[in-house]
Amino acid sequence: MNKTHWDVEPQRPAFSRALVALGNTRKDVVVASADLSSSCGTAAFAQEFPERHYNFGIAEQNMISACAGLATTGKVVFASSFAIFCTGRVYDQIRQSVCYPRLNVKIVATHAGITVGGDGATHQMIEDLALMRALPNMTVVVPADAPETEKAILAAADYDGPVYIRLGRANVPVCTTGKDCQDFEIGKSTLMRDGDDVTLVGTGIMVAKCLEAAEELAKHQVSARVINLSTIKPLDEKILVKAARETGCMVTAEEHSVVMGMGAAVALVLVENAHVPMKRVGIPDSFGESGEPEELMEKYGLTVDNIVDGAHDVIKRRGR
Amino acid sequence: MDETISKEKIVEMDEIARKVRRHIIQMIYEAGSGHPGGSLSAADVIVSLYFGMMNHKPEDPKWPDRDRFVLSKGHAAPALYGCLAESGYFPIEELKTFRRIGSRLQGHPDMRKTPGVEASTGSEGQGLSMGLGMALAGKLDRKPYTVYVMVGDGENDCGQIWEAAMAASFFKTDNLIAIIDRNMLQLDGPTHKVMSIEPLADKWRAFGWNVLEANGHNIGELLDALNKAKQTKGMPSIIIAHTIKGKGVSFMEGAVGFHGKVPSEEQYKKAMIELGEGTA
Repeated sequence: MNKTHWDVEPQRPAFSRALVALGNTRKDVVVASADLSSSCGTAAFAQEFPERHYNFGIAEQNMISACAGLATTGKVVFASSFAIFCTGRVYDQIRQSVCYPRLNVKIVATHAGITVGGDGATHQMIEDLALMRALPNMTVVVPADAPETEKAILAAADYDGPVYIRLGRANVPVCTTGKDCQDFEIGKSTLMRDGDDVTLVGTGIMVAKCLEAAEELAKHQVSARVINLSTIKPLDEKILVKAARETGCMVTAEEHSVVMGMGAAVALVLVENAHVPMKRVGIPDSFGESGEPEELMEKYGLTVDNIVDGAHDVIKRRGR
Repeated sequence: MDETISKEKIVEMDEIARKVRRHIIQMIYEAGSGHPGGSLSAADVIVSLYFGMMNHKPEDPKWPDRDRFVLSKGHAAPALYGCLAESGYFPIEELKTFRRIGSRLQGHPDMRKTPGVEASTGSEGQGLSMGLGMALAGKLDRKPYTVYVMVGDGENDCGQIWEAAMAASFFKTDNLIAIIDRNMLQLDGPTHKVMSIEPLADKWRAFGWNVLEANGHNIGELLDALNKAKQTKGMPSIIIAHTIKGKGVSFMEGAVGFHGKVPSEEQYKKAMIELGEGTA
């Protein structure tokens, strides 16, 4: 599949559809919002199943711990807010109320990353993967596009334990339409494109960028393998180690701070299992700013060019 | 439970409370760490709940219709463990393992490890929200259970308590009853000197709660208030239980120093005698 110009679609309507579908099939599913139900996509569930939706107002700490209480009775609870408000702001509640007792609370964080755009740094959550993957018992999922979002939400409902699902605000290229992408499983990543010279590992919105980069590299007779790392924790170590051994070098790409994000997690796997030259493409250790999503991605280094340059760099360092 | 509780039953519960207090002292002394002051102040309330109020089955801790108790002030874990052991959730012998490596009895309550523990607490201010979630589920499923949450007076400093207070009255969870262990002391000193929480009753009333007050060391009075709370419909209730930190051990009563301090061997022996060791 060499297509690099996809249709675009935001992830939140897909989340919204999946929730309503769950509401219809599962009576144990309840949903919590914190005054952002219309922005996050939980409003449709609230409309359909008002008795199973709780709006806690701008009180995320109470929301997370109350979700834990609901989950102790056997409910499968989806709590949703902007990533900035449902991670760092409630880290202790997620740690103590949800993760420590390993309860069935699924935190769906929307508006994650720098592509939030105009709202600026106060609303651009770029360190949530670092926070969430540090928590014992937490599972961290970053769907690449709208179809994968829908599958991830359904999978999370069936998954035993806390799950953090990271979604963006902006339109995302629909790139998981290939036949290898049909089966979604938490903890398993997808081989999007095979190749021998370098591996490009993307997550979220950067998966499409990796595919574009692979296309660009092909023009220079570089055969790039592309992996969609949709689960950040637990990491699909097998596919990463295999790719590192077979291609001998790797580039990671994420819409997240390079400090302790997906690339850092992959680096640790490689250091211990298959030490190969590696490059992390991501947001430098800094806050963001206001701007259009594409402008911000350009300014903060989340570009196809950076992935391509990174690929050339690691290939050179590998010395093949 | 029967609303008219006999004198004999109250005498019996007072005796259980004394036993629980001995467990508290013993556990903390043997563990070499723990929080005696706030455990002793909470003991009578927790005994009233487990032995006079709650519908529960120690032989079936996960019975779906059971009443639930959340100890939001998780540092009073020894009081909870003493009550659970006396109720039959696990052997009394096991209290000796408190805070030891590999034990089911962690320093703060762990719902995954200890039979009868309903919520993992310890980071102040979260238990009322957890209890609210349980109460909401009870309403949704039309279950008959009541959720009781014990909140420390110091916990009223936490913003999350007031988030939960606002939400509980908004959602009209009349199946949620909170009890404040108003022992007037927190770790750094008297509550009015660390962070004033008064006028406490007015605050809770303003947040839409039915507010009751009781002597937190008088089981008859506590049961009376708890029954009144249970009969109140359309709003959550809170009982401000006026207690004495360290209650039952003369030299610990009202002493800030015994928030998280372990008694010496001599103090331990003296405390156990004061609590009637060897009498029952």
